[in-house]
Amino acid sequence: MTPAISIKDLYKTYDNGFEALKGISLDVAEGDFFALLGANGAGKSTTIGVLSTLVRKTSGSVQVFGQNVDTNSYETKLNLGVVPQEVNFNHFEKVFDIVVTQGGYYGLPIKLAKERAEKYLNQLGLWDKHNQQARNLSGGMKRRLLIARALVHEPRLLLLDEPTAGVDIELRRSTWDFLQKINRAGTTIVLTTHYLEEAESLCRNIAMIDRGVIVENTSMKALLRKLHQEHFVLDVRQELEQAPVLNGFGCELIDSSTLEVILESHQDLNDVFTELQAMNIQVKSMRNKSNRLEQLFISLLKKQE
Amino acid sequence: MTLNYKLTAFNTIVWKEIRRFLRIWIQTLVPPVITISLYFIIFGNLIGRRIGDMGGYTYMEFIVPGLIMMAVINNSYANVVSSFFSQKYQRSIEELLVSPVPNYVILSGFVIGGVARGLAIGVIATFMSLFFSGLHMYNLFITLMVVLMSSIVFSLGGFINAIYANKFDDIAIIPTFVLTPLIYLGGVFYSVELLPDFWRLVSKLNPIFYMVNAFRYGILGVSDVNVWYAFTMLVIFTGALFAFSLFLLHRGKGLRH
Repeated sequence: MTPAISIKDLYKTYDNGFEALKGISLDVAEGDFFALLGANGAGKSTTIGVLSTLVRKTSGSVQVFGQNVDTNSYETKLNLGVVPQEVNFNHFEKVFDIVVTQGGYYGLPIKLAKERAEKYLNQLGLWDKHNQQARNLSGGMKRRLLIARALVHEPRLLLLDEPTAGVDIELRRSTWDFLQKINRAGTTIVLTTHYLEEAESLCRNIAMIDRGVIVENTSMKALLRKLHQEHFVLDVRQELEQAPVLNGFGCELIDSSTLEVILESHQDLNDVFTELQAMNIQVKSMRNKSNRLEQLFISLLKKQE
Repeated sequence: MTLNYKLTAFNTIVWKEIRRFLRIWIQTLVPPVITISLYFIIFGNLIGRRIGDMGGYTYMEFIVPGLIMMAVINNSYANVVSSFFSQKYQRSIEELLVSPVPNYVILSGFVIGGVARGLAIGVIATFMSLFFSGLHMYNLFITLMVVLMSSIVFSLGGFINAIYANKFDDIAIIPTFVLTPLIYLGGVFYSVELLPDFWRLVSKLNPIFYMVNAFRYGILGVSDVNVWYAFTMLVIFTGALFAFSLFLLHRGKGLRH
């Protein structure tokens, strides 16, 4: 099957001499939910920019559903919806007009554009604001308006450049639910983020990019299998003065009723509970200390250095 | 890419532009009306009576075509330069750049938006002139063609200014230091026949001189230049500026990195 995105040896050097991309190659399958992960300035937005034609590549080839973005820009652009990192609509226009106008740019007749605008504003919880100027929306609502605008022509591929940056947890979760829904309906989604939890929760495949180079490109499951250690935080009922000594496990006392336990990939959490029970220590609750992907990401970057 | 698709995209851009200048009518429609009223009252009515006839018409009748043309030129230019630069500045132009709309449709949409505002102001100025002077119409076709082409030329000028502008100051410099002097020295308020030979020659290097005179010819039937020569100049300017604007869009000057 033709991949949704096929990037080969993509280089981008900006006019100021900054090398944003140093020969990346990447395939994204149709129907995938794909994460492009990296720190600020790693090259994620430049990659999205090249795909959306806002950034001109220095060299390399980029195809969207088998069409070259340089020679078949009409066909590639019709298949693309772009959600930029920064809010880029006219703040003085009405919410409804912003989405309907974008439909017109993609050739939708006005009646259809209005129907689609209503549909997506409804699905993203913005319909009750449709007659307001965009400047009156909250930050999270503006981000969802960007998504509604990008979907009005119902593209096969949706590019989201940090879609939930600065959005509160509730809105972020509802945006995730919405994106999962449209992905299940067949839209290929490529998401750039530095919220590692976001990538882990949503995406099936992932590429990690660092200083213009792809350092990892695999499935999320395969990537997480590479993780050697996990840190768990346990809240216990008893007041402890020192960390219990657990056979074969690292254990630290964070405060009098909180422990941090470190598990290697071959170890079982059950054994920790058994040992704690033997010491008459009751566990009230448990959580991951930090995002697993974050630990892996940091270790991959360290390897590069 | 079908013709139907291009027409839909073109209509979308034009209506968006019209909606914009109507939404901010207090900034776009009211100031030129006040300015033109003052010109009519002060130059036409108060001072004009002391000047006497010019080109066989009263001074008021002589300056009406020039003032209408001045309003059309200023507003066509201002509409495109402010709209396109604002969209570039707040990056909402990216809505268009990521879409499949061809560059010539984008350019035509903005230009027709500028023409719409220029002509709207032109019509308002014409109605206002009726309070001060009778309406002459020597040749309707020439009048309409000249005003339309002049509006297109200055809309294109506004577009090029907006492409090169990096800050809001940059969109004020050209109207202040180039456009206004060219308009005032373009024969709006006087016939170049009154000037010494040297300054008459200099005036003929000013493109606005041809527009004002061709427009005056359409309305009054008098002109300081051959009207077909003026038409030729307008066609050349329109073609050259359209081609240059398109070239800048293709290169992505100031728009794509």
